[in-house]
Amino acid sequence: MVPVLLGRIQTRIFLLAVVGSVITALITPVLPGGGPLADRYRTAFVVLGAVAVLGVAWELLYHLLMQFRWEKDWPSLFGLLTGVPEAVVLWLLLRAGAVPGVETAPPVAAFVLQFAAVWTAVWLAANGPMRVPFLRWRFRGGRLT
Amino acid sequence: MDAGDLTPELLGAAVWDDAMVAAAGIPVHDVPFVTVGGGMGSFVTADYLRIAGVPASDIRVLSNIDHPWQTYQYLTRVSQIPEPERIRSDSSSRPDNIWGFPSYALSEAWRDRTLRPLVHILGEPIFADYWTPQAGTVFASLRRESARIGYDAMLVKGVVRMVRRRAAGGYFTVLTPPAGSSATKRVVYRSRFVHLAVGYPGLRFLPDLQEFRTRHSDYEHVVNAYEPHEHVYEFLKTKPGTVLIRGGGIVSSRVLQRLIDDRERLGLQTQIVHVFRTFVTGAHGPHWWARRKGGDGFAYQGFNYPKSVWGGQLKARMRRLEGQERAKQYAEMGGTNTPKRRRWQKQLRQGRQGGWYRAMQGVAQKVWPDTDGTLVSLINGDNGTVEVRADYIIDCTGLEADIAEHRVLADLLEHGGAGRNPLGRLEVERHFEVKGTASGDGALYASGATTLGGYFPGVDTFLGLQIAAQEITDDLARRGFGRRIGPIRSTTQWVRWALGRPV
Repeated sequence: MVPVLLGRIQTRIFLLAVVGSVITALITPVLPGGGPLADRYRTAFVVLGAVAVLGVAWELLYHLLMQFRWEKDWPSLFGLLTGVPEAVVLWLLLRAGAVPGVETAPPVAAFVLQFAAVWTAVWLAANGPMRVPFLRWRFRGGRLT
Repeated sequence: MDAGDLTPELLGAAVWDDAMVAAAGIPVHDVPFVTVGGGMGSFVTADYLRIAGVPASDIRVLSNIDHPWQTYQYLTRVSQIPEPERIRSDSSSRPDNIWGFPSYALSEAWRDRTLRPLVHILGEPIFADYWTPQAGTVFASLRRESARIGYDAMLVKGVVRMVRRRAAGGYFTVLTPPAGSSATKRVVYRSRFVHLAVGYPGLRFLPDLQEFRTRHSDYEHVVNAYEPHEHVYEFLKTKPGTVLIRGGGIVSSRVLQRLIDDRERLGLQTQIVHVFRTFVTGAHGPHWWARRKGGDGFAYQGFNYPKSVWGGQLKARMRRLEGQERAKQYAEMGGTNTPKRRRWQKQLRQGRQGGWYRAMQGVAQKVWPDTDGTLVSLINGDNGTVEVRADYIIDCTGLEADIAEHRVLADLLEHGGAGRNPLGRLEVERHFEVKGTASGDGALYASGATTLGGYFPGVDTFLGLQIAAQEITDDLARRGFGRRIGPIRSTTQWVRWALGRPV
């Protein structure tokens, strides 16, 4: 991908909101953990929201790092692997109780499964299918507006 | 003068009216949109318009070739890319598919029932070279899309002589049909819109090589890589020889690969001398945020431009630049370059170790034949002036002729109100309308190599042609011709594409 900064942020928020929400809605009931389903949904969607909000800061960092690349591109592999540090940082914040709306962190397995499923689906969508409805998206550095 | 030919009155007038054309006895065909060229640029634009809902009957492609990929296929073949070889183009840069999805890699994985292309593309460009499609796959996909959009029904054979503005708006495009196919020498297409995609105006030789060819009438020993030169490789199979290569771009890499492949495969003793005007020894660029890799003479880059030219930061930045600032940005990202492919690196390393591949910096001053027929090049470089002897010289510099070498463009510059951009090519707007050529409610567009130097740099590439086509289609939609392709139309049309259904 060859994103511009605004395109990175817009694409992340859009895909997490659309693809991320669908995946979260589908996967939450089968994730490990107890408690009422409504509470689990609440936690799962707060986690999803946190990926989007923290992601704005992450995108600033990625944009800075991209400047050292002559092509000013962001290879697909980077888009996939950056999920690892993002997940780790988010997990630490959840454990520390620093994410508003989540008092106790979800079980680690539930978090990892949800994060991995959402991240992979968003990454796959960004690497192809996104171009089908949004014909101009790839030529605008990922901007939707 | 025969009836149905251009008259002095027409030739001298920048703007024609219907009566002038009728008086000359030239038959007139009405069609809203005409695209001139009939190569990849015309094809991609017609494809976009068809998907945007323009019927085939509203489009005419005026061309002297039968298939849009004909010239491209010829150039790839002579410059040593046979059909199974891979071209230098991104996987999602598909001239037969405006969405770029599925990418060529995904299609190949599906076709061959293997994950290999997908694994490769996941690792690029860090763990693997850029994955690029095979030339043959590109031609096959174009053939399919051409049939799907009814391209042949839009094609009109002939040579376009000129495009002139029409007093009541729009344009007259003068076509010379093939001899015997028309009652008159010329026919005219009267249209509201014209699109020019006439490609590269022509090849230009290095001055010393041009002088050699002219003076000695020798077109056999000094060849351009973009003209047929199979005889060079055939000669080398019969006896050991030396080849001098000029230029450090992708074409030189292709020619080197062919020479070395033959050397390996047939056990030949070919010696290669490679002369670079600019010898790159390492990473280069003005500052840390603009440094390109290089070494052994070459500047390395995956594709003809830095990737972000097709949609990222460079595209966004260039769109805002004018005049000298734009020219400066072009110079900064430009320069001859070639991809750093593992296979080529290995071949050249073996060549250097074996002493049969020598690279040097220099500019040739003169070339002459020795008494035994060997060519002697006088080369002035960092290591002083040396004489290099070779049996053949292959010019891989890929110099292009001036746009005014093309008759239609020359006429447009002289009579049509068109001007030149900071790089000397045709100046176009951000939406690819040629500046200064508006005519009433009509518009004249251009895309491809002719427009290099504009607000969008990657014009002479598959993706660049699609970006231009998208801008043109959107501009036409604003003018009420065709529809703007929104998310719903885009998706439904993609489904039709995937199913192979007509648009």
